[in-house]
Amino acid sequence: MIPAAFDYARPTTVDEALRALADGGEDAKILAGGQSLIPVMRLRLAAPAMVVDLTRVTELRGVRDDGDALAIGAMTTHSDVIADPLIRESAPLIAQATETVADRQVRHRGTFGGALAHADPAGDLPAVALALDAEFVLAGPGGRRTVPARDFFVDYLTTALAEDELLVEVRVPKLEGSWGMHYEKFNRVAQAWSIVAVAAAVRRENGHIAEARIGLTNMGPTPLRATATEQALAGADAGEAAIAEAARHAAEGTAPSDDLNARADYRAHLAEVLTRRAVTAAVGL
Amino acid sequence: MTAVEDRPVTAGPAKEVGQARKRKEDARLITGKTTWTDNMVLPGMLHLAVVRSPVAHAKLGTIDVEAARSAPNVVAVFTGRDLAEEQGSIPCAWPVTPEMVNPGHPSVAVDEVNHVGEAVAVIVARSKTAAQDAVELVDVDYDPLPVVLDMDRALADGAALTHDHVASNESFRWIFDAGEAGTGSSTDEAFANADVVVSRRFVQQRLIPAFMEPRSTVVQPQGDNYTMWSSTQVPHILRIMLAMTTGVPEHKLRVIAPDVGGGFGGKLQVTPEEVITLLVAKRLGKPVKWTETRSESLMSAHHGRDQIQYVDIAADREGNVLGLKVHILADMGAYLRLVTPGVPILGAFMFPAIYKFPAYRFDCQGVFTNKTPTDAYRGAGRPEATFAIERIMDELAVELDMDPLELRRRNWINAEEFPFTTVAGLEYDSGDYEQATQQALELLGYDELREEQRRRRESNDPVQLGIGFSTFTEMCGLAPSRVLGSLSYGAGGWEHASIRMLPTGKVEVITGSTPHGQGHETAWSQLVADELGVPFEDIEVLHGDTAISPRGLDTYGSRSLVVGGAAVVNASQKVVAKARTVAAHLLEASEDDLQFESGTFSVRGTPGSGVSIQEIALATFAAHNFPEGVEPSIDADATFDPVNFSFPHGTHICAMEVDTETGMVSIRKYACVDDVGKIVNPLIVEGQVHGGLAQGIAQALYEEAVYDEDGNLTTGTFVDYLVPSAADLPHFDTGNTVHEAPGNPIGAKGVGEAGCIASTPAVVNAALDAVRHLGVSDILMPLTPERVWRAIHRGGDGGDRATAGTNAYGGAQTETTAGVSTPESRLGGDR
Repeated sequence: MIPAAFDYARPTTVDEALRALADGGEDAKILAGGQSLIPVMRLRLAAPAMVVDLTRVTELRGVRDDGDALAIGAMTTHSDVIADPLIRESAPLIAQATETVADRQVRHRGTFGGALAHADPAGDLPAVALALDAEFVLAGPGGRRTVPARDFFVDYLTTALAEDELLVEVRVPKLEGSWGMHYEKFNRVAQAWSIVAVAAAVRRENGHIAEARIGLTNMGPTPLRATATEQALAGADAGEAAIAEAARHAAEGTAPSDDLNARADYRAHLAEVLTRRAVTAAVGL
Repeated sequence: MTAVEDRPVTAGPAKEVGQARKRKEDARLITGKTTWTDNMVLPGMLHLAVVRSPVAHAKLGTIDVEAARSAPNVVAVFTGRDLAEEQGSIPCAWPVTPEMVNPGHPSVAVDEVNHVGEAVAVIVARSKTAAQDAVELVDVDYDPLPVVLDMDRALADGAALTHDHVASNESFRWIFDAGEAGTGSSTDEAFANADVVVSRRFVQQRLIPAFMEPRSTVVQPQGDNYTMWSSTQVPHILRIMLAMTTGVPEHKLRVIAPDVGGGFGGKLQVTPEEVITLLVAKRLGKPVKWTETRSESLMSAHHGRDQIQYVDIAADREGNVLGLKVHILADMGAYLRLVTPGVPILGAFMFPAIYKFPAYRFDCQGVFTNKTPTDAYRGAGRPEATFAIERIMDELAVELDMDPLELRRRNWINAEEFPFTTVAGLEYDSGDYEQATQQALELLGYDELREEQRRRRESNDPVQLGIGFSTFTEMCGLAPSRVLGSLSYGAGGWEHASIRMLPTGKVEVITGSTPHGQGHETAWSQLVADELGVPFEDIEVLHGDTAISPRGLDTYGSRSLVVGGAAVVNASQKVVAKARTVAAHLLEASEDDLQFESGTFSVRGTPGSGVSIQEIALATFAAHNFPEGVEPSIDADATFDPVNFSFPHGTHICAMEVDTETGMVSIRKYACVDDVGKIVNPLIVEGQVHGGLAQGIAQALYEEAVYDEDGNLTTGTFVDYLVPSAADLPHFDTGNTVHEAPGNPIGAKGVGEAGCIASTPAVVNAALDAVRHLGVSDILMPLTPERVWRAIHRGGDGGDRATAGTNAYGGAQTETTAGVSTPESRLGGDR
């Protein structure tokens, strides 16, 4: 299908982009890799009056070492994320989850920041960012601000980004050494969205689990943390029985939807099974 | 003369038939270096966009087209009322009973809409974008009527009606009773005397053909002549039907199917959009193009399958089958299209399959619902039948506590019994079910997998293993014309071919069997290369244009090679016969003394002398030195009408892993051995089997057209209508046995549908075999993880799926996929 007509701006710097966004007003949309926006425009689910294309804003691309965190530019493509040595080293969970996103063509154009700003609860990266306690750096007309992941995802397809703001970078704390990670995705065909998925990062200490961070994909209108399971795992024995017991709490506090792939009760069950598997893999059992 | 002298001096080129030639058409098809219909650009061409109903059933009130008509670059807007006089009804060529109710099928709705996606108005504009933008400006007043969706309920007393002007939701009732037909005994007696009766209700979910190239049509008027390019499987049938429907005389209409990117039966149709494009071009006197979006395609191109099957099987304690009763509810959708009612009837004869049933009764009701019409989809009737019989055989085996393969062996037709006349009255031509089965068991590594299954069961492994069989046959090579006549089909089943010998020795083969991706150009070239002894590269196959290929019945029902290829062979042999006369004249010999080897006529016993058929083509063109009284042409044509169907068969075995914790199923191994008769090109055969397996497995595991309670198609995009890719399918271990078909000069049986027909029950049987010990006896298709999990942990067959589409992507809805504006789309931004 053909999108409705729209105006188009292609800035080359963040400042130009912010000006274009301000000029576009409330009907402006940001185009990153276009892998979500273009399809919904073609279906006329979205009909923005102005599209601000960030493809040429080179300062938004790439991953840098920023001390105790990695700073991932919002326009870094999925394929660049997967290949990045810093991410492999300090946040392998991101690379693993990104490898499951859609197909090779989409990963070549789609961007890390675009996927997070789109905030699709069935998308893979929001739950990963949440599990890793990432921070989102937003640029606006009044300067920059940093929003923690738990405050960034507000509702279905809705984030803390104001209409005149731009996601410029995501800071991900380095988790090295005794941290293990795993992304467990459950979908019916390779290119489909997650029915449910679980992102787990676990720190082991003396045969115990010192700390666990667990993000849930598609268990509600936003990505969620499996808080009850995290609490049950803190200090628990790093064995199958304890993990299985803790995973029973994975769906607590979630609000999954009914659709043709899964009703809510089945999603809740999947969250438990997949959490057990993700934590088990992250622990290295 | 000795045999030694008879041999040619040098060995001729290797036979083409049997070689795994790469397809000569693929380079241009795969790289897009061809003119697909949507690539057509004609001077002054206008573009169509169709306004489609977002509601399933309603009276049409006012349709306000003024805003659309005055939109920039819009040339005209037509509603059904504007076209009512000339659009006629989409034809149904298969009135299966004299009493069959056909409600009529306007191309653009006039008074009432009967399914989501039905055309209600047409925009004509100078650009595609202008036409699309104007769709949202048409304001249609829909006065809602009750929506009929469920077939069981549609047939109940007092049910709401799909069509206001038709008395019930039943289109027809068609019964075949072998006892009455004299091909078997009484089913009532068989069931009364049986030790064991097993009854099941199976559901064939609704599927969408989902061909790769969306439908597209271009019409160019030239005076009172019209040329239509269309992405169709059936240019010849389309021409005849358009002439009968629109009143444009047949001889004023030329239909061209250029290269066509797939169809699977989905383009075996006379579509509303083809009629609309022709009528608009006629009205405006300008070339017009219509190309659908994928969303339009999913909701308005015809769907397939959609049956409820009540199946009863009777047997004695030893496992000898005694009788089969089948009652089908077949969903027609809202209208009857080209062969809608005939699809379940094509299946009627296949339920007894390869088994020696003494008694058989088939009873089918065609049912109207407020959904997209159904029609042919790869296999058309036969996958439904094969699924039912192969599933019920497993259920009977469970009831009898027999090995499912042993039960099949006990009842199937043995190799020495061919030709065998079945209880349905078909004469099966040839085959050996035991041989194919043995080979498939070896390919699978059956014993090891059974052993692993036992181990997993004993250890209560969360991942269980199952093995499922499908020992299938099908009827292909549609079809003997007189059989089609006896079934009230509106046309014959012959096929036409002609051979043109060009002066430079090149050969044009004209086939009436129009390909849409099957590789006719390659296979026909191989056939002709062997018959005429000319190089493969010297042969061009022409097709798809009614002005070039004037007679034909096109491609469907695995008929092309079996019927169309046979015509090609027969025409080639006529060319050789004509050329022999010329050769005898040129060689100053008697025709009886000539031998024809590797494309050259020579006088027996005179090595070195000879004239090639390519030289004869030049001599015929010049005609300077031609035999007295013989017309200077060695071109020939042939029309082949088969005397019987052909009956490919095979054994498909699926090994399936079921994760009992999540319900996820995954195919561990898939082995199949198909007997498709003589194989002309093994590479094409393997490709057809792979593609068929993909679609058959997709029915078992992935695909389903889902409607919500209002009649909205919630699987309106590929986000929710899950077509598997190579990444989702296993390696296939394939093999062949060869029992040639006696009914055509090639000996081929047809392969286009085999994989699709055979695989679905093998996959479902395998999944059930994995979890039957957990109390599961059926799971509805597709076997979504949720259904499998529910069946294991909650009992039952997995139940109905929720009808809401996924929330991913922003969740496309009918209004948007129908191209109708919504408040959200006016707002911009996210929903």
